[in-house]
Amino acid sequence: MADLITYRDAVAEGLAREMRRDSAVVCLGEDIGAAGGVFKTTVGLLAEFGPERVRDTPISEQAIVGMAMGAAMTGMRPVAEIMFSDFLACCWDYLANEIPKMRYMTGGQVTIPLVVRTANGGGLGFGAQHSQAVENWALAIPGLKVIAPSTPADVVGLLAAAIRSDDPVVFFEHKGLMAGRGAAPPPEHIVALGQAAIVRPGTDVTVVALAATVPLALAAADELAADGVSAEVIDLRCLVPLDMATVLASVGRTSRLLIVEENPYQGGWGGTVASIVADEGFESLDAPIRRLAAECVPLPFADALEDEVIPTTAKVTAALRRLLDY
Amino acid sequence: MTISMDAGELLRLYEQMLVIRGTEKAAHDLFLAGLVKGTTHLAAGHEAVAVGASAALRPDDYVFATYRGHHHAMARGASPAECLAELMSKATGVCKAKGGSMHLTKASAGMLGSYAIVGAHLPMAAGAAWSARLRGSGQVAVAFFGDGATNIGAFHEALNLASVWSLPVLFICENNLYMEYTPIGSVTAADHPAADRAGGYRLPAEVIDGNDVVVVADAVARAAERARAGGGPTVLEAMTYRHFGHSRTDPATYRPADEVQQWLSRDPLDVARGRLAAMGVPAADIDAASERAGAEVAAAVSAARAADGADPAEALTDVWADGGHQWRT
Repeated sequence: MADLITYRDAVAEGLAREMRRDSAVVCLGEDIGAAGGVFKTTVGLLAEFGPERVRDTPISEQAIVGMAMGAAMTGMRPVAEIMFSDFLACCWDYLANEIPKMRYMTGGQVTIPLVVRTANGGGLGFGAQHSQAVENWALAIPGLKVIAPSTPADVVGLLAAAIRSDDPVVFFEHKGLMAGRGAAPPPEHIVALGQAAIVRPGTDVTVVALAATVPLALAAADELAADGVSAEVIDLRCLVPLDMATVLASVGRTSRLLIVEENPYQGGWGGTVASIVADEGFESLDAPIRRLAAECVPLPFADALEDEVIPTTAKVTAALRRLLDY
Repeated sequence: MTISMDAGELLRLYEQMLVIRGTEKAAHDLFLAGLVKGTTHLAAGHEAVAVGASAALRPDDYVFATYRGHHHAMARGASPAECLAELMSKATGVCKAKGGSMHLTKASAGMLGSYAIVGAHLPMAAGAAWSARLRGSGQVAVAFFGDGATNIGAFHEALNLASVWSLPVLFICENNLYMEYTPIGSVTAADHPAADRAGGYRLPAEVIDGNDVVVVADAVARAAERARAGGGPTVLEAMTYRHFGHSRTDPATYRPADEVQQWLSRDPLDVARGRLAAMGVPAADIDAASERAGAEVAAAVSAARAADGADPAEALTDVWADGGHQWRT
C-alpha cells in the first residue's frame, strides 16, 4: 500500500522541500512559527529552518503581504500566509493594485516571485467571515496566478511550481480537505502550472471542478456509474493559467458540460469557463452549459443552512441527471 | 551634529536640484501645451529631501517613493529625458510609457518604484530591508512618503513590524503641511504626524529642515549608519513645501498667501546657494552650475519631444516574467 499523507501535512512538506532546496525561500505569517499554523500547515518549519526564515508576524495583513512583495523584488522568494482567505480583503490593495501591476507598469523592470498561501472555503461551519471560497476574487485581476489543489500530492507539486515561478501566485488551500489523505508524492514531485488533470475519464458528460468540488464531482460520478452513465471529471488545479485546452477537448468528446463551483454563482469562475466553451466549443455541445455554484447569499453558520448554500454531492448528482436528460 | 560636506559635493547636489526643478517646470509647461496627459504631482520645492537623502545612501540601497516621485527617480539616477518621455507617452520613457507620472521607477539604480496607493510602499521597504538582512548585503531600504500617509493603516503596520524585527529601513516623511487639499493638522491628532507617532513604536525620530540639502544628507547618513550597524529603523520628518498644487488640476488657493511667501523665501535652491556662497564658492562657479543644469533640461525636453510614441505592441507585454500576457491555453 502506498504511503499516505494528509493535505495539511502536504503543505508543510511542500514548503520544507522548497526551503531545503533554495535558501531564498522564506515564510511569514500569523502563528506560522512556534504554533505551526492554526491549520497545522507549517508544523516543523521553525525547528528546521529557524526564526529568520520562518517568521511570526503580528495581525497585520498589509505588512505581511507588503513585506513579502518588497522581499520578492529584492532577491527572495517569500511565501506569505494569510490565515483565512476572507482576510485577503484586509490586504487586497497588494493583491489588486501592487503585486500584479508593478512588473507591467515599470515596463518589466521588476520581478515579484512570491506566493500568498491562504486557507479557503466552507463546509466547516465557520460562518460568513471565515468560510468563503474566493478564488474568483483573484481570477478577476490580470497578473496573478491562481492555484487551488484538491489532493495532497498536488499540494506538494503545485507548491513547488508556485514557489519556483517568477510570477506572483495566490495559493488556495481548502479547509475542508485538510484532514483528507492521499498518496504521498515522490521526491522532486512538481506539477506544472496550468495543466488540468482528468481525474476520472468518461464519455457521456464533462464535470469541471476545483479544490473541494473535485471530491463532490467524483462521488457523483460514482453514483451515476451505477446507472451506466460515464462522467469525465476534470480537476482544473489552476484558474490562472487556465487549461481550457483540456476542457474543450473533453467537451468535444462528451458534448455536455457541468461546472461545479464553491463560490457564489454571481461572478464565479465558472462563468469564465462557460463563456470560453460557449465561444470556442459551441459546435461540440448537445445541451446547455450548466453551472452548479453557491447560492448568492453570505455563508450561514448552521450545517443545515450551509448545505443549502454550497454544492453537495447530492446537488451535483441531481444537476448531472438533469443535464443528461436534456 | 557635524556637517562634513565639502563645497564640491554641495555644488554637485545644488546642480542636481536645479536639474530636478527645471524638469518639473518643463513637465508643468508640457502639460499646459497638451503634451503630457493624465495628471502630474510635481515635487518642485521638495528637491532637497530627495537629493540630500540620495547623497547619503549607497548606490545599491533601495528607495521606494510615492506618486509625487519625480525627484526621487532623478535623484537615484533616472535621466530627465527618460522621465519626461514617460510623462509624454513616448517609447523611450523610463517605464516604456506603461507607468506614467505616478509610477516612475529605475530598478537598475535601486529606485524600486513610485506608488500611487497612499502608504502601500512602507511595508515593501520593510520587506526589502528584511531581504537585505537575510542576504547579509548591508543595504538599507528607504520609504519616502507624504504627511497624508501617516493616517493610513499600512504606515502603522510597517513601523510596528520594522521596529519589532529591527530592520535596516528608514521612513522619511516629506511633510508639506497638506494632505492633498486639506491641512494635515486639521485631520491628525499629532503635531508632527510622522515623528510624533514613532515613539509609539519605540523608534527614534527627528524633525528636520527638509529644505536644506545638507541637513537632510546628514540626518539620513546618521540614520543609515545606525540601520547598517543593526540599530533598526529611524523615522525622519522633513519639513518642506510644494511650489505647485497637489496635482495638475489644483491651483492650491487654499494656502494662505503669507504662508506661501514664507516658504518660497526658504526655497531649497536658495538655501543651498546661500551655503555655497558662505563656503566661499565663487559666484561664477555657482552660475556655471545653473547654466549646465539649464542646458541638460533643455536637451532632455528636446529628446523627449523628438522620441517616438509608445509602441502599441507593448500593451500586451510584461504581465508575466516570460514577457507575455497569456493567461489560458
